Amino acid sequence: MSSNVASYRNFDALRQGLTRRKMMDQAFVIIGLTVMLACLLILAILFIDLIRDGSARFGLDFFMNFASRRAERAGILAAWVGTSLIMLVTALCAVPVGVAAAIYLEEYAPKNWFTAIIEINVTNLAGVPSIVYGLLALGLFVYQFGLGQSIAAAGFTLALLILPIVIVATRESIRSVPKAIREAAYGLGATRWEVTKDHVLPYSTGGILTGMILGLSRAIGETAPIITIGALSFIAFLPQSPITSEFPFISFKWLNDPFTAMPIQMFNWVSRPDPEFQANAAAAGAILLGMTLLMNAVAIWIRYRFRKKINW
Amino acid sequence: MSAAISTTGISQAALRYRKIRDRVVEAFLVAAGLVAVFTTLAIVAILLIESSAFFEHVSLVEFFTDTMWTPLFADAHYGILPLVAGTLTTTFVALIVAVPLGTTIAIYLSEFAPYQVREIVKPILELLGAVPTVVYGYFALTMVTPVLQWLMPELPGFNMLSAGLVIGLMIVPYVSSVSEDAMRAVPRYMREGSYAMGATRLQTALRVVVPGAFSGLAAAFILGISRAVGETMVVAIAAGMQPNLTFDPREPAATITAYIVQVSLGDLPHGSIGYQSIFAAGLVLMAITLIFNVVGFSLTRKFREAY
Repeated sequence: MSSNVASYRNFDALRQGLTRRKMMDQAFVIIGLTVMLACLLILAILFIDLIRDGSARFGLDFFMNFASRRAERAGILAAWVGTSLIMLVTALCAVPVGVAAAIYLEEYAPKNWFTAIIEINVTNLAGVPSIVYGLLALGLFVYQFGLGQSIAAAGFTLALLILPIVIVATRESIRSVPKAIREAAYGLGATRWEVTKDHVLPYSTGGILTGMILGLSRAIGETAPIITIGALSFIAFLPQSPITSEFPFISFKWLNDPFTAMPIQMFNWVSRPDPEFQANAAAAGAILLGMTLLMNAVAIWIRYRFRKKINW
Repeated sequence: MSAAISTTGISQAALRYRKIRDRVVEAFLVAAGLVAVFTTLAIVAILLIESSAFFEHVSLVEFFTDTMWTPLFADAHYGILPLVAGTLTTTFVALIVAVPLGTTIAIYLSEFAPYQVREIVKPILELLGAVPTVVYGYFALTMVTPVLQWLMPELPGFNMLSAGLVIGLMIVPYVSSVSEDAMRAVPRYMREGSYAMGATRLQTALRVVVPGAFSGLAAAFILGISRAVGETMVVAIAAGMQPNLTFDPREPAATITAYIVQVSLGDLPHGSIGYQSIFAAGLVLMAITLIFNVVGFSLTRKFREAY
């Protein structure tokens, strides 16, 4: 220590040490920037390559054709219809349940062991590998509940999968509503549900929407769980139409139909040795990627809009 | 009190109705909260019930010591070790990529990057986290593997190296995003104290901020490990689906998740041993995830810094 002090009396040594440390600082800035840009660049190249590989297949035919043995005639009709219907089921299940659970945890739950159990479960479920949800669904929905390998089973599975995402996002946005708003409402005699419904929920709509979209964008790309419940990859028919010409005009028979989905179709094409099908896989991948990125961009935009608009 | 009610015009009946409605709503909300609990219970129950049927045929000793996993062959072997080896190898390769890159990016973003850069890069990182994993699988098979084969001509078309590298790249956004949050949570006065002692930004970052945020960094790594262990599509597409007891990433092998996908792609009858085997594999997967999480949690606890 004393020798250090002594050596620092020598200004040249001090200056040298400073210069060296400052150079290391500069070096790290360059390293950090390079690493970050390299990662982003590699991913950008991969995405551009994907779109280039798939560009030969883009066109109306690709959306309107069923899967086929001939690569240039194979399309994603069954896949995108299946994905849309599954997302519908998923959203209708996950959003009400997730939002309700979040409201309970933030507004109602007393601080006790019961609440703690629910909270621990939500955290843990977020970390469960997605394929385990597939196993749960295979054992529970497909065989115990007898839903079979249907759109309903797939929708419920993905709803359970994104439930933690919806709950966490909703809780965050509920938590950001100031206490004063609640207390003012209570002060006027509102009940707890009235406070929640009329004051807390309207203010947290932005966060809830964001959570819903982020959850669905996760669900739309999930492949493993729906392979596990037994999605077929070669389907040359559509599920029964949800809208019928006879009374009551709405039919739920499509819930029980077998299905395929975008990521499954892509996986099927990727795993074929014939290189012709790689172009189909790339095209399906590019469309899937476009859908997820679009959903995420919308979510980020909504969050930004609502954050700007609300002024406590 | 009764006077107040009559002046505001609220009848007792209306008050009672609102109270009852509140009770009913609360019951619904509790039920929604319980869905999470039931999901966990159902996962554990399904995995245990179906694998207990599996373990009636296969002894635990065979399960953990046999070096072959061929439940669908005529000469059936039920040793989980090859699948565990595959899972650990791809995870290890992924971590070698993701931990240094993710931490460097996080340090850069949190301590060095100008405000505008951070505002642009953070949403991009979030976007990257949402890319479907089957797309990453396509990258691994059709783009990364050819490049690796150009570097190492004897590399087979399916290999764990390519799958692991792509998983690593895939989890960099998670690791850097969570690490960055942890580092930003270190209070400003700690940095200012360090600067006042004459430390540079890099010294402050490495000796004050990183140790201060260590529990958060550990959580980020655990998140990364969990994702790598549970990652399915990349390995199913790029690593081959052949169980292979090896820790050499240049070889093809199946992971636990890839095996479950492989079986699900076929049409195994409900109740057959092949059907039960995927639940036993799933149970092992859950156990591995749990072990990493428990270790991570205790690390987080041990190194937690309170300010």
